[in-house]
Amino acid sequence: MNRDADQTGERVPLLAATQSDGGLVLTISGSLDSRTTGQAWQPALEALRLAQPRQLTIDASRLTYCDGAGAALLLELGRRQSAHRGQYEIRSLDPAFRALVDLYSRSSGELPQPKAAQGSFLEQVGRFGVLLWNDVTKLIAFVGELSAALARAALRPRIVRWKEAWLTAELAGVNALPIVALLGFLLGLIMAFQSAIPLHQFGADIFVANLIGLSMLRELGPLLTAIVLAGRSGSAFAAELGTMKVSEEIDALTTMGLEPVTFLVVPRVIAAVAMTPLLSVFASLLGLVGGAVVMLSLGFPLVTYLIQLQSAVTAGDMVGGLAKSLVFGIVVAAIGCLRGLQTKSGASAVGDSATRAVVSGLVLITVVDGIFAVVLYSLGW
Amino acid sequence: MERSIPIIRVKQFTAAYDGVVLLNDLSFDVYGGEVFVILGGSGCGKSTMLKHMIGLYQPAAGAILIDGEDIVTAQGPRRLAILKKIGVMYQQGALFGSMTLLENVRLPLEEYTDLPNDAIDHIALMKLQVVGLGAAALKLPDEISGGMRKRAAIARAMALDPQVLFLDEPSAGLDPITSAELDRLIVSLSRNLSITFVVVTHELPSIYTIADRVIMLDKRVKAIVAEGQPQQLRDHSENAWVRQFFNRDATAVA
Repeated sequence: MNRDADQTGERVPLLAATQSDGGLVLTISGSLDSRTTGQAWQPALEALRLAQPRQLTIDASRLTYCDGAGAALLLELGRRQSAHRGQYEIRSLDPAFRALVDLYSRSSGELPQPKAAQGSFLEQVGRFGVLLWNDVTKLIAFVGELSAALARAALRPRIVRWKEAWLTAELAGVNALPIVALLGFLLGLIMAFQSAIPLHQFGADIFVANLIGLSMLRELGPLLTAIVLAGRSGSAFAAELGTMKVSEEIDALTTMGLEPVTFLVVPRVIAAVAMTPLLSVFASLLGLVGGAVVMLSLGFPLVTYLIQLQSAVTAGDMVGGLAKSLVFGIVVAAIGCLRGLQTKSGASAVGDSATRAVVSGLVLITVVDGIFAVVLYSLGW
Repeated sequence: MERSIPIIRVKQFTAAYDGVVLLNDLSFDVYGGEVFVILGGSGCGKSTMLKHMIGLYQPAAGAILIDGEDIVTAQGPRRLAILKKIGVMYQQGALFGSMTLLENVRLPLEEYTDLPNDAIDHIALMKLQVVGLGAAALKLPDEISGGMRKRAAIARAMALDPQVLFLDEPSAGLDPITSAELDRLIVSLSRNLSITFVVVTHELPSIYTIADRVIMLDKRVKAIVAEGQPQQLRDHSENAWVRQFFNRDATAVA
């Protein structure tokens, strides 16, 4: 085959159609390769469609080069001609090109049947319901597995990989401190500003301290920390374990007789449980500092703000917030690890797991927060 | 492409990583239409050589001419023109997981040709049928076996009818039957489509089936220690280690 022909001369294939006695002769000159065949494809098929000849002859005597794309055109012309029971002949085709056309002529040119459509709306709702139910049962099973692993770890602390737990505590906790502190401060500041305006109309500016104190300690401090944890660490856990799953490291652990939950999940959950309440305390404190800045700017002395805070906030509020952040830590770490362990194969699988970890984390944080609200209300806290 | 004309010329090639020389002063030619095998023990630099030949790595010294153009120095449109002349099958196939096999093969045709959509479909399917995967055209890479993935990767590499196909460990991780099927495919494509193959492998049965010519790298000397036909090297090489390698002799000189 002369592959260089298209580089030296006729790059663009030329078509000449001549008709006689119900026959059509298509003369193709130049090169038919993957870069040039596109220019001949439509004109050739159009000439055939218009002429509808009994006999189609391709004169390939002036064809300098033909590759797979050119062969595809010659075969497509033949297929269309045979579709309306016409005769088809390729004349004077170089033997090397003929061999190529023969090789590709085994191709049927027909795509296999696509997969069945997704079904009716009802069927799709049903499928979604089953998927959701499966996810919930897996979550319940995982909670059981994790509880058992944590119980074993409590009885035999030596089985926990403390080095990894310590490292995770640094990554998920210490390294998150600046962002948690900044967000807590800004949240306190903004809330104080926003509430100061309506409260001022009633001469109740001082109660900004009550609002900031209660909301930060009971609700927003733990919630803010949990959201940051879900975005930073939940996704990181899912990506880390997901990559291990894709590269069969999890399978390797299992075949070594090591339980992935004990080996990988427990240290992360312990680290998250240890760090989330601490981060939550920082978020709440910085929120109170933000509130203090606004109160000072409104002309209240710091001591007034502190006394007002002291009278508004009880130890119960603090403990409730801490308990909440403890559970948030467990939930975010556990769901991040679960999504990582559920990673499928493929390039997008790890990314999907990280996304699912964040979304599931946020949903569960909201659900847990709601449960806490009801329980704390019932307890009179 | 005639078998007497070199399509790839590697001249005084040296590869180094972080100042450590991996391959030193290699020169060899690959002729048009032949199946050329780069072989050697683990860690001898076979894959490194291949990745330099396809332009992924920059050599420390030397030139790699593909159809007369140096892939080392070529930039912009000249480099693109060289890359269009080659196709590569990576060790794991490197198929795009979110696309069906047909879409994988369509991709280079969509990007580099002005063929109409139905023509692209037709050509992509033709390539898949040549590697025996017509029926799996609408499947995702995850839904097929490792051997099928490698064949699909060859179909994608063939999409633009390249002059040279580079295959990195095509038989690795395949059962003997699938591996033999792949070998037959390589021989068939070489004979019928006159494609030049550069294959990196250390699977001896494959080498005997497919190779027209081999070069053998040795990590101790960081150079080519043998060049020729595999049977000839096995029986008549002057280098004892080469003979032992071909005869799978575990007492080979360390």
